Amino acid sequence: MRFGIAVFPGTWSDRDCARAVEVLGHQSVPLWHRDRDLGGVDCVILPGGFSYGDHLRTGAVARFAPLMESVQEFAASGGLVWGICNGFQILCEAHLLPGALTRNVSLEFRCETAWLRVETVDTPFTRACHPGAVLAIPISHGEGRYVADAATLDRLEAERRVAFRYVARDGSPVGEASPNGSLRDIAGIVSEARNVLGMMPHPERAAEPILGSEDGLQLFRSVVETVAERSVFAVAP
Amino acid sequence: MRYVADVVVSLKPVVNDPQGLTVRSGLHQLGFAEVAEVRVGKHITLEVDADSEASARRRVAEMCERLLRNPVIEDYSVELRPAAEASIAPAPPPP
Repeated sequence: MRFGIAVFPGTWSDRDCARAVEVLGHQSVPLWHRDRDLGGVDCVILPGGFSYGDHLRTGAVARFAPLMESVQEFAASGGLVWGICNGFQILCEAHLLPGALTRNVSLEFRCETAWLRVETVDTPFTRACHPGAVLAIPISHGEGRYVADAATLDRLEAERRVAFRYVARDGSPVGEASPNGSLRDIAGIVSEARNVLGMMPHPERAAEPILGSEDGLQLFRSVVETVAERSVFAVAP
Repeated sequence: MRYVADVVVSLKPVVNDPQGLTVRSGLHQLGFAEVAEVRVGKHITLEVDADSEASARRRVAEMCERLLRNPVIEDYSVELRPAAEASIAPAPPPP
């Protein structure tokens, strides 16, 4: 299968994402922010970085890139869209996901390993994970505090759209050790149709033993499984 | 006609503002114990050309809705004045 990896001016994690895809033996193509053609890819990744310098607000300008119009259409037609870190911020700005990412409570840029509990395996991005598994995946952000109004949060929970929550290493609630102060410790959410995932942590940086964790590969594998299954259905009589 | 629009973008009251809390704590440490609350926002100054004040106001509101604020977490207010009265260009240094 083929992943498309968006590149905005200031994107910095695109090659790490490409490497993770390569580790699994699949292909990726870069998608330039000024282009509209998604090149028939099976999944679009909006990687981490500081698109357009993150001026005004994180993701606020990237949202209007020509590429994002195609990504919006792709998502609306059920295509898999995966926003990581800055990509999550862009998806919220584009209203493909509810809520917003604001300044970490500590006001610090945090670059460290976070522990994420898989809250649902009923998504194309987590189906290869064990329910409730705790994954070691790095974070690297200054504005990752997820906020939304109480009604939105309740709805996300009721619809089982919280994909990951920050937890302590042993899976217990993270409490004051939260890396950013996200409401309800939310680290990642999916869209109503479950085909759009936004998450602050970087699974592509936990994709090989040399990186200290391979837990992120479970997410890439999930996408590969989903796409393989979809293509089987596509050719079925 | 040119207008100057002062746009203030602030976090909605329900959104926690860690910057504001940090500034408040800093002010308390400096002895300004009377400071009860601090919120930190953005001040964006625009110079816009428009046929009328109403038109300038309408366009600036559109700019706020589309780009300058995130409606999920931020409110905004706009103050508009003719540019002739006070331009945002820096004043010449005193002689």
